[in-house]
Amino acid sequence: MSSSGVGASVLRKEDDRFLRGRGQYVADFRISGMREVAFIRSPVAHAVIHTIHVPERLRQSVFSAAHMTGVKPIRAATALPGFKHSAEPILATRKVRYVGEMVAMCLARSRAEAEDIAAAVEVDYQELPAVVDMLAARAPGAPLVHDEWGDNVFIEFAQDAPIEEVAKTAAIKVTREFRTARHCMFPMEGRGVVAHWDERLQYLTVISSTQMLHVVQRGVAECLDMPDGAIRVISPDVGGGFGYKGLLCREEVALAWLTRQTGLPVRWLEDCREHLTANANCREHHYRITGYADGNGRLLAVDCEASVDAGAYSVYPTSSALEAAQVTSLLPGPYDFSIYRCRSAAVASNKCPILPYRGVARTGVCLAIESIMDAIAWETGLEPVEIRLRNLVQAKQMPFLNVMKKPFDGGDYPECLRRAAAAIDVAAVRARQRRGEPDGRLIGAGVSIFCEQGAMGTSVMSSWGRPVVPGYEQATVRLTSDGDLEIRVGTHSHGQGHETTFAQIAHEVLGVEFGKIKVLQGDTLYCPFSTGTWGSRGVVMGGGAVATASQQIAQRAKRIGAWLLQADPAQVTLRDGRVVGAQGSVTLREIARVWYLTPQHLPPDVDNGGLEVTAGYRPDNDAGTFSYASHAAVVAVDPGTGLIEILDYAVCEDGGRLVNPMVVDGQIRGGTAQGIGTCLYEAMPFDAQGQPLASTLIDYMLPGAAEVPNIRVLHMETPSPHTAFGVKGIGEGGAVGPPAAIVSAVNDALRSIGAEVHDLPLTPERILTALAKVGTP
Amino acid sequence: MKPVAFDYERPQDIAGALALAGRADVAVKFLAGGQSLGPMLNLRLAQPDLLVDLTGIAELKQVGETTDALEIGACITHADIEDGRVPDVTNGALAAVAHGIAYRAVRNRGTIGGSLAHADPAADWVTFLAAIGAGVVIRGSGGRRVVPVEEFMTGVFETVLAPNDLVTAIRIPRFSADARWGYYKACRKTGEFAYASAAVLHDPTRSVNRAVIGAVEARPIVLADAGELFGRRTGADIAASFVPQVAMRAMDTAGFKNPIEQKVHAVALRRAVEQACAR
Ligand SMILES: Cc1cc2nc3c(=O)[nH]c(=O)nc-3n(C[C@H](O)[C@H](O)[C@H](O)COP(=O)(O)OP(=O)(O)OC[C@H]3O[C@@H](n4cnc5c(N)ncnc54)[C@H](O)[C@@H]3O)c2cc1C
Repeated sequence: MSSSGVGASVLRKEDDRFLRGRGQYVADFRISGMREVAFIRSPVAHAVIHTIHVPERLRQSVFSAAHMTGVKPIRAATALPGFKHSAEPILATRKVRYVGEMVAMCLARSRAEAEDIAAAVEVDYQELPAVVDMLAARAPGAPLVHDEWGDNVFIEFAQDAPIEEVAKTAAIKVTREFRTARHCMFPMEGRGVVAHWDERLQYLTVISSTQMLHVVQRGVAECLDMPDGAIRVISPDVGGGFGYKGLLCREEVALAWLTRQTGLPVRWLEDCREHLTANANCREHHYRITGYADGNGRLLAVDCEASVDAGAYSVYPTSSALEAAQVTSLLPGPYDFSIYRCRSAAVASNKCPILPYRGVARTGVCLAIESIMDAIAWETGLEPVEIRLRNLVQAKQMPFLNVMKKPFDGGDYPECLRRAAAAIDVAAVRARQRRGEPDGRLIGAGVSIFCEQGAMGTSVMSSWGRPVVPGYEQATVRLTSDGDLEIRVGTHSHGQGHETTFAQIAHEVLGVEFGKIKVLQGDTLYCPFSTGTWGSRGVVMGGGAVATASQQIAQRAKRIGAWLLQADPAQVTLRDGRVVGAQGSVTLREIARVWYLTPQHLPPDVDNGGLEVTAGYRPDNDAGTFSYASHAAVVAVDPGTGLIEILDYAVCEDGGRLVNPMVVDGQIRGGTAQGIGTCLYEAMPFDAQGQPLASTLIDYMLPGAAEVPNIRVLHMETPSPHTAFGVKGIGEGGAVGPPAAIVSAVNDALRSIGAEVHDLPLTPERILTALAKVGTP
Repeated sequence: MKPVAFDYERPQDIAGALALAGRADVAVKFLAGGQSLGPMLNLRLAQPDLLVDLTGIAELKQVGETTDALEIGACITHADIEDGRVPDVTNGALAAVAHGIAYRAVRNRGTIGGSLAHADPAADWVTFLAAIGAGVVIRGSGGRRVVPVEEFMTGVFETVLAPNDLVTAIRIPRFSADARWGYYKACRKTGEFAYASAAVLHDPTRSVNRAVIGAVEARPIVLADAGELFGRRTGADIAASFVPQVAMRAMDTAGFKNPIEQKVHAVALRRAVEQACAR
């Protein structure tokens, strides 16, 4: 292994600018004459807008739907039968359907002045009853979010199985019902958009903090009825995405329209209140799940009824179907059982649309199935680890199709679980539990295990008929005249470290010095089309494309090199950046010089594409990569205050071949921190009228440095049989495992007094209520 | 989240501040550390015409000592107290409480006077200073007066301050050498406001025996004679005779009937008492 090739923990190239404060984000762009935008957003969850009163003096500065003739709403349709469509207007037309929905935009020289204007505009809302709870939304007579639908269900997914037989005979039946909180993704940088219309070129530039620039380009083109080629989207440095920026935002379309309308460069920077209340919601699920097992704790069947509160509109391009669909398809996970019934519904409500957050649906379903494993453990009196070992797919069964026909391609799940459990020393926790704690706290250990199907490709995503289906991922690789390497990709790195890992991949193939490889991204003007960075696809797809293009460059360079060495092209090799023949060698730098500057020395049959290649990549089997992990936690629960402390935390992950283990560990730790947030802290509560109640970070609680323990990461390595280098997607898993592992640990701690908790987050109040229920003073 | 347009003055003395605050033609707000007012301005919950910045007034950053008390200027920051730039008359209590407020960045700017004037029931000074019988020195149109902390706060974000009253100092009683104090708060995470808190001061030499339950949706609940709480015992083992029902009853009387809330506050108080014994 080269010290900077695939497998090396090279320090990240991008950190040089980030650590020196030299990153450049949307808010750092200044264009002369630029105006600031403040949105007027609906203060009520469900209403008909009667009139918008704009004082005479402000008429030139306020824009509402009435001005935006011809602008199309965002329609994130799917081809799934029965899917009910929503059309989200860029600015509200007749109705508003959630608090925070955009009603008008105000333009001024500063944001403060724009907010003054917003405050001077009066909107008459005639309030309608709001649909706030997803279960109530399905009751007969519930108010309707979209009148024409007749009910509040975007779509329902069903997997059927003859459960009744098992139900009659199974020795063990366990049922759990719980909710995961609606919460908010919170990248450090919120959204932001700068839009600029160039009258001379008839050219629109949209600078946006996005994970998927070409999807934004396509979406803006669609809404404004413009050609793609007249729109340039730039995504500069992005301070975290997590899915929050993996979509077409109304604000992007609104500002694109506004700059064309006014001819002025315009900017909107999301503030924290907009971020929390109007935009970033995710993850709200309800489960009622039953597991049937035999007397040995062997799982026989699972029966689940799940709802996802999808909010008011379907988001582009993932659609409101995604999360509910994945609940049904991913719930069985790595467990080997054959009778599975599940119904999952995407329910519309008068809340902001839920967005796909790191580990879409997996976090909830992992908690659901693992709760069943724990419940079976308690019924049988066996260790929760042991119950899982009895039910996991075994290594010798690989490749394995689970009950949902997910093609598990390899690995040893039981071993992964054993290693995670050993890392926290479950036996030592048991001994400690018998001794009791001097401070009266209750100790518990918990585990979870799951797989992360990443980089799902055309074969998986096309059946949904979403607006944008991922296909071949392209990269452009160019050997420059001085022998350096320039790589351009359409994926976007906003924390994943692609500027480093993609360079490692190219270095591995071509041997160009790591320091002389530059990865460029984030501009539709020079980057090949991509569906962007999401779904743990960056290194699998973008990296695969870089490898493919680099290999083609290698072939072309070898031809030229062989000519210069007067050797047979079949006899030369490429090593350490040199084409090596039987007699002597020539550097890529010399070869580049010949192509660009002294072409008189080129072979007569040279490939006229030269030393620049744009190549597409898709694994032959694009069902996705199957990385997996087991999380293990030790917690202490304070029965007096209801506070939970994580005493120890370990993750054992099989991410296949790791391009940069340090970057992978960072991904796992960051994701785990978010999963801890999901489990213990984060919640966006709503009142009965649909008002979001956590509008600042005083009320919306995120884990901080003090709440995230030292997360120990262990690795296993089962290369993917399908991808370049055997890499697998690992971007999301960190955020999937923690709630299941921590809930398991907390319930293990509460076990001695017979209490149990399930609803997320595990607030002190919920712990204390559970204790009070079993009569603990 | 940008404030409305406002004017800004930074007077150099108390008289100047009071003169500005007395203006009848404009809505005036005092600005100290800005750690609570800043967000309120940005959220437009406060929309003053004029901000009077108090941090240029030297007198508000002074400390005065007498035989039985210490007077801390209103603009002394939490960090000043934490770092010991203020003499210790409380057997280390003030520095310890200051150390537990929010994060260092907030403590660098937030002031003891601003904290009391803001009157957030979950705040630390509101609870602890009520427990030790501190007083608030106020200057306003009516001259100078001293109000006990427990009477200063009248409700959630409400105080006895008239619109142009200025908190100039906090008077801290000097503890006896054998005084025992405890302060416990339960926070969901480091630096977060407490959801339950309690403080106790057991100073037999001065015949002071006080306890406070804080972080309730009201002014702090003060047990001015907390003897009953430890079965009328005194000394190092009062925790052993702690009677949680006394705390629960006090909550009940104050209108807080939720048993879980009562329990967690009683736990906080027990732990404050345990701390007092361990010192
Ligand atoms: C993230 C964060 C976390 C926090 N956590 C905690 C915590 O855990 N515990 C805690 O106790 N506090 C906490 N605080 C609040 C902090 O302690 C503030 O310092 C305090 O509430 C206000 O003090 P200030 O000097 O900043 O006052 P300012 O914000 O300047 O003013 C607050 C109010 O008091 C008025 N005022 C200020 N000084 C005077 C005066 N001398 N006379 C009359 N009126 C005056 C102002 O007009 C204003 O209405 C937190 C704050 C933040 C931002």
